[in-house]
Amino acid sequence: MAEVSVKNSIAPDRKGNVVSRFVWTYVFATDHKVIGLQFLFSSLIWFFVGGFLALAVRWQLAWPWSDMPIFGHLLFAESGGQMSPGFYNMLFTMHATIMIFFVIIPILAGAFGNYLIPLMVGAEDMAFPRLNMMSYWFMWPAFACITLSFFMPEYGASAGWTSYPPLSVFQGDAQSLWLLAMVFVGISSMMGSINYLTTIIQMRAPGMTMFRMPMTVWGMFITAIMQAFALPVLTAALLMQLSDRILMTGFFLPENIAINNGVASSGGGQVLLWQHLFWFYSHPAVYIMILPAMGMVSDIISCFSRKPLFGYRPMVYSITSIAGLGFIVWGHHMFISGMNHTLAMSFMVSTMLIALPSGIKVFNWIGTLWGGKLQLTTPMLFCVGFVSMFVIGGLSGIVMSAPPVDIVIHDTYYIVAHLHYVLFASSVLGVLGAIYFWFPKMFGRMMNEKLGKIHFFLTFVFLNGTFFPMHFLSQMPRRVADPYIYEGLKDLLPLNQFMTICAIGMGLTQLIFVANFFGSMFFGPKAGRNPWNANTLEWTTASPPPHGNFDVQPIVRRGPYEYSHPDTEGDYYPQTETS
Amino acid sequence: MNRVWSVLFLLVPVLGIASTLMAMYGIAPLESAWLPKSLSQAGDTIDQLFNGIHLLAAFILAGTVFTIGWALWRFGDRQDPNAKARYITHNTKLEITWTVIPAMILVFLAFFQMKSWAENKMDRPTVTVNGVSTFKPPMVMVKAKRFGWEFYYAGADGIVETQDDVFVENLLVLPVGEEIVLQMESRDVIHSFYVPELRLKQDIVPGMTQFVWFNAREEKDIEIMCTELCGWGHYMMKADLNFVSRAQFDAWIKEQESAYSPEFKNAVETTASRGEVNTVVPPRFSSASGSQLGFKN
Repeated sequence: MAEVSVKNSIAPDRKGNVVSRFVWTYVFATDHKVIGLQFLFSSLIWFFVGGFLALAVRWQLAWPWSDMPIFGHLLFAESGGQMSPGFYNMLFTMHATIMIFFVIIPILAGAFGNYLIPLMVGAEDMAFPRLNMMSYWFMWPAFACITLSFFMPEYGASAGWTSYPPLSVFQGDAQSLWLLAMVFVGISSMMGSINYLTTIIQMRAPGMTMFRMPMTVWGMFITAIMQAFALPVLTAALLMQLSDRILMTGFFLPENIAINNGVASSGGGQVLLWQHLFWFYSHPAVYIMILPAMGMVSDIISCFSRKPLFGYRPMVYSITSIAGLGFIVWGHHMFISGMNHTLAMSFMVSTMLIALPSGIKVFNWIGTLWGGKLQLTTPMLFCVGFVSMFVIGGLSGIVMSAPPVDIVIHDTYYIVAHLHYVLFASSVLGVLGAIYFWFPKMFGRMMNEKLGKIHFFLTFVFLNGTFFPMHFLSQMPRRVADPYIYEGLKDLLPLNQFMTICAIGMGLTQLIFVANFFGSMFFGPKAGRNPWNANTLEWTTASPPPHGNFDVQPIVRRGPYEYSHPDTEGDYYPQTETS
Repeated sequence: MNRVWSVLFLLVPVLGIASTLMAMYGIAPLESAWLPKSLSQAGDTIDQLFNGIHLLAAFILAGTVFTIGWALWRFGDRQDPNAKARYITHNTKLEITWTVIPAMILVFLAFFQMKSWAENKMDRPTVTVNGVSTFKPPMVMVKAKRFGWEFYYAGADGIVETQDDVFVENLLVLPVGEEIVLQMESRDVIHSFYVPELRLKQDIVPGMTQFVWFNAREEKDIEIMCTELCGWGHYMMKADLNFVSRAQFDAWIKEQESAYSPEFKNAVETTASRGEVNTVVPPRFSSASGSQLGFKN
């Protein structure tokens, strides 16, 4: 072990008692791996908070106005435990906010981006370690704001995660906290994305050309570019809304609107301006929430098919074109918003086109599977699950990209089905697969395969039971606390109860994952450097890797997917191996 | 064991497509799911698109996920430890094929649906008055507010937002078999006017004026839903929509006129004083009798 080559300038040996060592290692951590794990753990904790909120939403839809278990009597003692309609609005608002901004984006970009980028490109750390530390720290004011907002009189922001004005401008103080939290999350992501871009462009190991980078790194790279371009717009919009609320400006408020019998605003603003600004970020955010997962899934599928990724370059080009097109499709969220109807046509064409690179990715994944020597490990199952669920999410996307069809299904449960197939059934399955795959690298121990497979099976069955029937509720509006006041929707109650039971099952299933995760962390069998016989650079170093990552400077000699190469004896051919 | 996973993935398209077809063709237990029966010609066109794209999607779902399941079945259980996977890195011909064919389908879809969108949202009905073609004047002005709907029927003068408007709250009665134009504004926040049976939805944005039009073919009592979150009472913001025959409609509107209240007159004057709408002068009617309220060409 050539200690000299490991520059330990980043985390020098700390002396002193346990507390000070803990603080210096885990709070003032500049090591990309520690920061990655910090993001991972905080995201997983929020994942459970967000999940609880989702179950409460499902509870209300299955047994409306009945006593809410556990929290009902705590929060609504005077009504005998039934939630208020405003509380319901808070539930879905905070569920979406937490899942998007505190779970999926930080776990993909924050946790896996931080952990994997330097390891996979052969760098000793991020380009800006202290900026990296700041990017995690900026999550904490956001956590504080959101936690505080739960203790406001309305129990949290309740204008939907889209926070359309004028409604959001006339909400209680929780909305201001929500806006502040989003600003902090944005700053955090921005710092992260600058860091990723610099690291990927500047710090690749010798021989690691752009087209020898694993797809994971490509996914993170394109995501970072999208964040860097889209986030300033969202931040500006958030501050404008904050100023409408606090400084009585009127960016988003027209004249002559009256709320609660009082006249409200100075006027002169445009309501739709917010929607344009918001979706200009939030549609690219949809791709920010899936491109890194696509990258990781590509790596894992290739590894367990023992076969090169089919069409590596088309895969890179398709991610790039998804990102490019992703910036010109935001209007498909606004087909019926009152936006110029002619404009809808151009957004429709760009939206249809984005199905093309997504389709190319699916075909290439299938091409990778075909003719392989498949090893159906837990991470592989999650990734094959990702591909098949992404097909469903992508196809329902084509359905709703047709504006005449969108007239009917806009703001109904069909949309909810679609977005959960993309964000939960795709992104979250990809994330879980990635956790099972890189857990040995992160903690030096293997996860339990049997529990992993049970976890996959139950999650897969319950998620389809929860989300597939939502396609059939294409006339039931979303964000409605009691849909059954409409005669036409009364018959949908049994279907909703079925979905809620599946959702509860899915929630309980995740406890298997928690047990497996913490059990394996302490008692799992020790993993060697390369338990999966994979090619990429992170598997050439110890598990978990030391500060500075590599014993010796890795020299990259080939692409990341040379599995079953005819020139070699074994079925893998690490990127650094001399031929 | 690997075959179990293969079957699990094969079940996805089987159950998915089977249940989608059940919903589409109203087979129990999914007979009340999907969409209610369409009440208009424009709605039928949307339904055709909706079902057509779904059938195409079902085809692609079957093709892709069956292939995945089959790949797992065939390549997931190789016992021979010396067997190696095939070393294939790419296939340009295949890439071009699976780019060009979907591209052609998507471009076709994109252009195919434009007409329906134009009919629903862009080609606002017109009438010819004194040889000049103008937009057909709205029959009802819809004012959305937290948490209810106000409907102002153009009174005898055929113009909304004048003193002879007929005001009804949370109930919209309309004649069947006629092209009806609604003008919509919001008093406070964004609302959305959704009638599933008419395949009609339009956000109502404060500070903007929206128009929708439709032609229902059947007498039926249905509901208007609000589909844009508008506050704590969003869930109860509903109104009844009754399609009746022309004769019943005329009788009904006459009843409403007599119920016209002075307080309401004031409210109308306030809104009318804004003077933002009705730049096009619609045809006038000489008599106040209900039978002449229609806008038949």
